Amino acid sequence: MATVQVSEAEKVYILHGIRDDLRVDGRGCEDYRHMEVETDVVSNTDGSAKVTLGHTAVLVGIKAEIGKPRPLIPNEGYLEFFVDCSANATPEFEGRGGEELGTELSNILYKVFNNEHSLDLRSLCISPGEHCWVLYVDVLLLQCDGNLYDAISIAIKAALFNTKIPRVHISSDDEGGKEIELSDDPYDCMRVDVENVPCIVTLCKIGHRHVVDATLQEKACSVASLIISVTHKGVITCTRKVGRGSLDPESICEMTEAGRRVGKALHSPLIKLLQQEESLGKKRQKVGFLG
Amino acid sequence: MAVDMRLPTVIKAMSLSVSAADRKDMVVPGDVITSDTGFMRGHGTYVDEDKLTASVAGEVQRVDKLICVRPLKTRFNGEVGDVVVGRITEVQQKRWKVETNSRLDSVLLLSSVNLPGGELRRRSAEDELTMREYLQEGDLISAEVQSVFSDGALSLHTRSLKYGKLGQGVLVQLSPSLIKRQKTHFHNLPCGASIILGNNGFVWLYPTPGQQEEEAGGFYTSLEPVSLSDREVISRLRNCLLALAAHKVLLYDTSVLYCYESSLQHQVKDILKPEVMEEIVMLTQQKLLEQEG
Repeated sequence: MATVQVSEAEKVYILHGIRDDLRVDGRGCEDYRHMEVETDVVSNTDGSAKVTLGHTAVLVGIKAEIGKPRPLIPNEGYLEFFVDCSANATPEFEGRGGEELGTELSNILYKVFNNEHSLDLRSLCISPGEHCWVLYVDVLLLQCDGNLYDAISIAIKAALFNTKIPRVHISSDDEGGKEIELSDDPYDCMRVDVENVPCIVTLCKIGHRHVVDATLQEKACSVASLIISVTHKGVITCTRKVGRGSLDPESICEMTEAGRRVGKALHSPLIKLLQQEESLGKKRQKVGFLG
Repeated sequence: MAVDMRLPTVIKAMSLSVSAADRKDMVVPGDVITSDTGFMRGHGTYVDEDKLTASVAGEVQRVDKLICVRPLKTRFNGEVGDVVVGRITEVQQKRWKVETNSRLDSVLLLSSVNLPGGELRRRSAEDELTMREYLQEGDLISAEVQSVFSDGALSLHTRSLKYGKLGQGVLVQLSPSLIKRQKTHFHNLPCGASIILGNNGFVWLYPTPGQQEEEAGGFYTSLEPVSLSDREVISRLRNCLLALAAHKVLLYDTSVLYCYESSLQHQVKDILKPEVMEEIVMLTQQKLLEQEG
């Protein structure tokens, strides 16, 4: 992750501020920065979303392709994640600098979605054992200002909501084999049910308290963080501790409870916003990247 | 616990009534400035088929026969006498390298600092070995530009009691072209905080020191907790600075103060919402126009 240098006196100032629940930009310990979500920004994907959280900007594109299902689970489709840390975000990502962070992010995304409740993978099956839909989720980091996990998970949920998978008809041709036909009508498509898709909350331990949505300066003052992915019902699908410091078991319990509370509250405004955006339809003024 | 999620909107350019005579000559790279060959070309221009064309985005400045373009977004080009706020990046033999948002890291020589103890003496070998005890990597300092090296790097000095290592506070990084050149860059604002507007775009906000003997150039940095009311003032000022910078308003003590006063009706964390920012900056610009006129 991009790092900034902070002096000892600045660290002390930030620490005391968080202790009094007043961060440098006036937020409380559990407040998010200003967030902007827009879907359907990339025209040649089946679903896309761009999320700006403070100065962090993340772009997610989803492409649906027909592939062979996994041998152990023949009647389900699957997702493939790839995170690309673009050199636009920070000079540290130039060349192969962003690879390590990219693989770490995609591994966590695999873990978060690796359960039967997040997405109904059975709906992605076309014919068991032979054909299924594979959703390739590509994440591009445009700007890095702290809190990547949260922004990426919100963008993935918005992009999945926006994804339109064309309907297929299976017909048997003359030799007895199966032939797949995509429907000609571009509006005849099925949508993915994103109700149970989890959102990731990152909690950074600074001093004796934890903060949500840390900026790069606050990250430099913390030694350990907890990453929790929570669904809208409050079910935790994945927990991971990152950072070189140690966490007390009591504080882990406290942070998990706080993460569950914060994560649960993220989903309803997001779904409402996405539904509002969709209801605008053609009248929506597309902002894209030139806003 | 608040989550503020919304759809993005196009940011409209905001400008109060600007008469045609006031309108500055803005160009983008590739714009033809003039086809007259009688002019000399300065910085930011090049000659393309006998036409003087701009190579950067900014304002055209004409001095007699010299035309140059002053870019809006640029690295800090220091002059002698500028006050800068910088961060130590390296500790080398007899010098520190300071990051000041310029093309090259600036240099702070060991002979250009006031040693702790205050006495004027020759720098010994022991001083060289204990440099890190005074200024470490990551520390913030306020300094003045003493001279400019031939390669463009700045040489800084902190040989006055008002310069030196900075203690607790908040650093805001902005563009150098937004800072107005003034007689003094150190202000004690009446709202209860102090501000250093570095010419290089780095602005330092800190709680006003209690007694006057605890000045910023001191060797000892106080690590006492800052009171909650002072913290609120500093956070509000920080958000106001970001709001003014987002709308490209020139920064000096009066504009910052007016912006602070206009923002008092909102909560500190709401200032960074786009519509609140717009409202506050409009009020500030109105007040500034009234004061001029």
